[in-house]
Amino acid sequence: MPQEYLLPASIEECLHMLAVYPGGRIIAGGTDLMLDLREGRKEAKALIDITRIGELKRISADKDRISIGAAVTHAEVAASELIRQRLPALAAAAGAVGSPQVRNVGTLGGNIVNAQPAADTAVALVALGARAVIVSAAGERQVAVEDLYAGVGRSQVDASKEILTKFIIDLWGAGDASAFARLARRRTLSLPVLNVAVRVKLKEGRCTRARVCLAPVVPRPLPCQEAASVLIGQPPTEEVIARAAAAAKQAAHPRDSLLRGPANYRKDMVEVLLKRALREAFGLPAEEDGHQGQTV
Amino acid sequence: MVKFELKVNGQEYQLEIPADVSLLEVLREYLGFTGTKEGCGQGECGACTVLVDGQAVNACLYPALKAAGAEVLTIEGLAGPGGKLHPLQEAFISAGAVQCGYCTPGMIMSAKALLDRNPTPTREEIKLGLAGNLCRCTGYNKIITAVEKAAAAINKEK
Ligand SMILES: Cc1cc2nc3c(=O)[nH]c(=O)nc-3n(C[C@H](O)[C@H](O)[C@H](O)COP(=O)(O)OP(=O)(O)OC[C@H]3O[C@@H](n4cnc5c(N)ncnc54)[C@H](O)[C@@H]3O)c2cc1C
Ligand code: FES
Ligand code: FES
Repeated sequence: MPQEYLLPASIEECLHMLAVYPGGRIIAGGTDLMLDLREGRKEAKALIDITRIGELKRISADKDRISIGAAVTHAEVAASELIRQRLPALAAAAGAVGSPQVRNVGTLGGNIVNAQPAADTAVALVALGARAVIVSAAGERQVAVEDLYAGVGRSQVDASKEILTKFIIDLWGAGDASAFARLARRRTLSLPVLNVAVRVKLKEGRCTRARVCLAPVVPRPLPCQEAASVLIGQPPTEEVIARAAAAAKQAAHPRDSLLRGPANYRKDMVEVLLKRALREAFGLPAEEDGHQGQTV
Repeated sequence: MVKFELKVNGQEYQLEIPADVSLLEVLREYLGFTGTKEGCGQGECGACTVLVDGQAVNACLYPALKAAGAEVLTIEGLAGPGGKLHPLQEAFISAGAVQCGYCTPGMIMSAKALLDRNPTPTREEIKLGLAGNLCRCTGYNKIITAVEKAAAAINKEK
């Protein structure tokens, strides 16, 4: 049982607390950790709350990149004019998390370190090519978000020793676009059956860069090179979108799941969702594909 | 146990609590604010919704010690001087938006957070604002109507 609840005001102070309280663990919003502690899935002797560290609450941009503090909440990301305009896939993903109450408290950093394969903002951050900055007593390292997974619910970030401080996302310049699509039983408070995110760059009528992420089809958000390579060098047409979506369907191997639905249905829906996301990113009209499920 | 000062409905309370106790447990078991309900205890139902610095949160998942230095508002803090009901409380009664009443405090706190931010919400915006609150009884329509009525009443008062 935790004996202390500490509220450091700086990253240095937080590292010092992690050093002097063995068994200490970082807590951000607590929307995952409070239940994990209560149900004995995780343990901590001291809880070190990072949400009063100003640097971790900041969203900033220069001409080449956007940086988002790990303790920024989903509600703040979804409402940020900068994120909505420059990284719409992330704004949409953050806006799809849980409920207003969960979004007001849950953070981007917590969503990544909690390491669920279909965490909404993780899927967007992987498609955007985000890097996580991780600080410990040993120094600082940067790791691509997709490389932070050690297994379902297990992160490479050790929350008893290290702080994920921020995410860095390079801007791709003119023609940079992104989109997120999610399939769930209802619009709020429901696990995604599937979620996908895409990022593309259009130059002189062709797609010159592309990243695609699918989840949950393996135990972590899956970057889908097969679909991305179909797009590169091609014009943003329905025919190209259809080929990329077919490639994603081919690459995805979702499992049968009582919660999320049968594998063959979800494999088909990967194709449908990716088409929706790509049409949105390319600025093409949405098309009705006859499916009644909710997406955002 | 950690010594700690919590501000609820404008009043300071001195407490000694376990480090990981939820705000919901402190409100109900330590301070007797039983208007805030526990439904699921897992963030799924919104019955425990309170405002922390004006933001709706699930008190069942919110560490009490995170509220250090913040203003917590519960359903008990909503009525005005002399117990005059808040327009949201009036509207929930007059629109018939209360059946068993278990979800009502949470619904009203979410609605308050919504109206403080957006005084003239559409029905769709009200649905999204209340999306984290479940009701087993009413079918939601009367709740949404109550929030519309309260918004109109508050805007008229201004
Ligand atoms: C009802 C409900 C609905 C939900 N719906 C969704 C949903 O639709 N989509 C979705 O993706 N998620 C959902 N979640 C999960 C959760 O809200 C998110 O994963 C949230 O982003 C977690 O952030 P947090 O700040 O609350 O993390 P916490 O619970 O504070 O922390 C989670 C883990 O990360 C560690 N940690 C947190 N921040 C850092 C950091 N900066 N550095 C190092 N370690 C850190 C903690 O030690 C802990 O192990 C839901 C949760 C609930 C309760
Ligand atoms: S009791 Fe907190 S959300 Fe259900
Ligand atoms: S009135 Fe009974 S749960 Fe809403």
